[in-house]
Amino acid sequence: MKLIHKDIDKGGQGVVTLIPEEPEDIWHAYNLISEGDSVKSSTIRKVQSESSTGSSTSNRIRTTLTITVENIDFDTQACMLRLKGRNIEENQYVKMGAYHTLDLELNRKFTLRKQEWDSVSVERIELACDPTKSADVAAVIMQEGLAHVCLITPSMTLVRAKIDVNIPRKRKGFSQQHEKGLVKFYEQVMQAIIRHIDFDVVKCVLVASPGFIKDQFHEYMFQMAVKTDNKILIDNKPKFMLVHASSGFKHSLKEVLQDPAVISKISDTKAASEVKTLEQFYTTLQCEPAKAFYGKKHIEKANEAQAIETLLISDKLFKCSEANLRKQYVNIVDSVRESGGNVKIFSSLHVSGEQLEQLTGIAAILRFPMPELEEDSDED
Amino acid sequence: MARHRDVRNMDYEDEYDGYDDVYGHSVDEDFCISPSNRQFIYNRENSRESKLDHSDDIQEADEVDELTDTERAQLNSCIDEVTNVLGTEIIPRNELVDVILKHKFNVEKVINSVLEDKKDEKKSGTTTRDKASFFKTPTVVEPAPSTTTKLVSVVKGFNLPQSDTLPAHLPIRNGSGSQSPSSGRGQSPTSGRETPLPGGNESETEPRAGRRETKVDPEAQYKTERGNGKEHLYMVVIGHVDAGKSTLMGRLLCELGQVNKKTMHKYAQESRKLGKQSFMYAWVLDETGEERDRGITMDIGRYLFQTKTKEVTLLDAPGHKDFIPNMISGAAQADVGLLVVDATRGEFETGFDLGGQTREHALLVRSLGVNQLAVVINKLDTVSWSKTRFDEIVQKLKIFLKQAGFKDNDVSFVPCSGLTGQNLVAPPTENELLEWYKGPCLLEVIDKFRTPPRPVAKPLRFSVNDVFKGTGSGMCVDGRVETGLANVGDKILICPSKERATVKSIIVDESSKNVVFAGDQATITLAGIDIQSLSVGNILCDPQNPIPVSSKFEARIVVFNTKVPITKGYPVVLHHQSLVEPAVVSKLVSQLNKNTGEVVKRHPRVVLKNSSAIVEISVSKPIALEEYSSCKELGRIMLRVAGVTIAAGLITKILAVN
Repeated sequence: MKLIHKDIDKGGQGVVTLIPEEPEDIWHAYNLISEGDSVKSSTIRKVQSESSTGSSTSNRIRTTLTITVENIDFDTQACMLRLKGRNIEENQYVKMGAYHTLDLELNRKFTLRKQEWDSVSVERIELACDPTKSADVAAVIMQEGLAHVCLITPSMTLVRAKIDVNIPRKRKGFSQQHEKGLVKFYEQVMQAIIRHIDFDVVKCVLVASPGFIKDQFHEYMFQMAVKTDNKILIDNKPKFMLVHASSGFKHSLKEVLQDPAVISKISDTKAASEVKTLEQFYTTLQCEPAKAFYGKKHIEKANEAQAIETLLISDKLFKCSEANLRKQYVNIVDSVRESGGNVKIFSSLHVSGEQLEQLTGIAAILRFPMPELEEDSDED
Repeated sequence: MARHRDVRNMDYEDEYDGYDDVYGHSVDEDFCISPSNRQFIYNRENSRESKLDHSDDIQEADEVDELTDTERAQLNSCIDEVTNVLGTEIIPRNELVDVILKHKFNVEKVINSVLEDKKDEKKSGTTTRDKASFFKTPTVVEPAPSTTTKLVSVVKGFNLPQSDTLPAHLPIRNGSGSQSPSSGRGQSPTSGRETPLPGGNESETEPRAGRRETKVDPEAQYKTERGNGKEHLYMVVIGHVDAGKSTLMGRLLCELGQVNKKTMHKYAQESRKLGKQSFMYAWVLDETGEERDRGITMDIGRYLFQTKTKEVTLLDAPGHKDFIPNMISGAAQADVGLLVVDATRGEFETGFDLGGQTREHALLVRSLGVNQLAVVINKLDTVSWSKTRFDEIVQKLKIFLKQAGFKDNDVSFVPCSGLTGQNLVAPPTENELLEWYKGPCLLEVIDKFRTPPRPVAKPLRFSVNDVFKGTGSGMCVDGRVETGLANVGDKILICPSKERATVKSIIVDESSKNVVFAGDQATITLAGIDIQSLSVGNILCDPQNPIPVSSKFEARIVVFNTKVPITKGYPVVLHHQSLVEPAVVSKLVSQLNKNTGEVVKRHPRVVLKNSSAIVEISVSKPIALEEYSSCKELGRIMLRVAGVTIAAGLITKILAVN
């Protein structure tokens, strides 16, 4: 993302102009924009005009609209952001107060005005505009009959393809069906890789599975690549990396990202560090349960005592429609920072973020053990 | 045109007489197919209506035969008078006809005799009831008419309560006749009552008959089919990787003569070529090229062998950590377990201590419902049959197995050597072993296993383990009948997809069968279904008694020695029978005292290792499952994370998804 202009006053009110450059930036934009903000962006409208003689002509016109956002839709697969709201700046084509929908497009600037820029939003801009590129990684998690082809960017894990086929088992003197099924399965996975992985962007392809599936698949894929003279695959052979995973389900990706060999290769993508932090939380919970808290109420208590060392929070919590609730979470983040704590904002699109989200979305590792709070039975 | 007019003016009454004739014959034909098909035919025709038809069809054949027109007219008027006096309910029409014939159309005599009979009837009727309730089992419906005599008895039993429905159409059918009354049907009314066969309670069980299609007492059918054969036992062989499971079993099969010499010689040659001569016996069970090349078992290997009193199906489970899902699907089908441990110094320890599969496997099979275990201390020849080593291992395992929940007298220990074949099928010959070991050999131990009871009377549940295209049309599913029984021709329901299909054929141990019972592993060919609606982990069930389907349930879990604690939102892999699904622990309901089961804490924040808890589990898509209290086999679950089993559980409540 490119930051063109930033004007935020002391009260936190202000305007920021940004240019999204890659799909991931749209995700950042999605996290920045909340209901009630005003967004100015260019869009194409079809305009019908009637001449004095009564003949009508219609032509497509690029025009700039400014709307107050009322509705936000994000499609993870296509990385499309769609904003709906009332027009607040009249121009020659569009009336004031008319409802319009804006699609944010890549490489086209948009201006975002917020009543209040909180620390989380400001940080998000910084994060989005960080020029140091971390590698995009593709991962194929598979087990017999099931495969997920995922794309891991710093803040997103996108399942590009899920292959789920039934492979008959081996039985006495009857193994052709099994082999046929397996070959068909490998073929499908290979096609998914060719179709969904852009080797110009992806620096590394992780192939993970339990047992020997990954080795068999790797072998099969390159045999086929040679046979069909698939240049892309052959040229990128060094990018493939075989890793162990316990199953072909998506959450096994967590194990893959913890593999030391993988960590060294993709060093410091956000995904890997999130997994590590979450793991740390669980270890603390196992060893010293009094030092690991989760749930909003508990975290608030711990925060009051300035006990939080690392705060794990899912970005989904900032997406809530209630401005008040968002403010509360932002306050927690700010006060943890003030007291010298570490704050990790998890992307809800990563597997680790998904898990944190299930775990109420907020958790913390404490500096010192705190007495466990008396449980009210009305816990959600 | 003339002919057309003819058709219009045709006398339908006349024509119908002819049709009636044909109708009678066609029903008759169903009964006249060769005796071996009789049972099959009966099953198909066993609804209440069809039976009713048969009885009166045959009935009319009896009576009509020797009656002249005048006699028939007399008979009809006689029947009318009798029914006027007595009402229709008191005696079935066909019996009445018999009585009337006996008394030569004398109405008074007939009435007297009927009333007298009625008294007798009341007495014997009560006994019939008693007997009937004695024969009843919860879901049972009626006796197995696998033989001709039984078939007749069903008809007989039918006589009593059905009178009211008959008279209406009996006289019309008089036109047909093919059988004489002396055709051995024992038609006299008294004989029907004096021998109160189980068939007597037909009317009582009628409502249930509607619910279940099979009108066959499963227990009785089980007895007739399996009563005199050897008991069937499914045994899973488990243990750490390279403990020698496959080799031990391969050798056992060789010694039993299940593998012919030529094949064995071939294996010996080929394995030597690969430089893996010690694997020659394992090759009996590891049949695929890949398993042989790598020298490990990857999927369940199966073999059938006989002991003195049992027919044992051997399930050779893979020991490698990555193939535990396969092992679980195998162990879920087993009745008893054989735990193989390596006695070699260091090897036992790596297999047994943390991270080894000995522990995990033992816990898994226990949680899957295996409660009898034989522990084979294998490779004892490598430590020169040392008694101290044997005792040391036995000691360690005993403590552990007790903790795991095996009763002391359900566990036996056998010293063995798979490769040299010591103490497998015959008493040992090694002097060093003979010095201190007096116990039974492995085969005797296997023979001593008790066969668990087979819940054949419950509604059908069949867990699908494998789906493949059979030869010819139809889809084949492989799996285990958990409860109930399935006949060829039965309609079944596939859950959770809720598709219907028909059982086309059943294969057990490579031979075709007409029926399978609880406990059997079978290959069932289904008709009327496509591959899309079938997958591994599905449950085939009785359409009248379908299995619950839900994506959320409450379970009581026992957490093993895990590294990571379980919290709310913890992603796990759920194993339920052969089903493997990603799931999330969506709520921690309460923490329990491990021994007493009391609630220690409600809504705990976390469930730590070696504890017990009630949790709520959400599965990504609906699955078919049952509460443990209603079906043990399908009420068990296994939770695994990152290739380690973290908990085993029992389903306590199935929650509706909102």
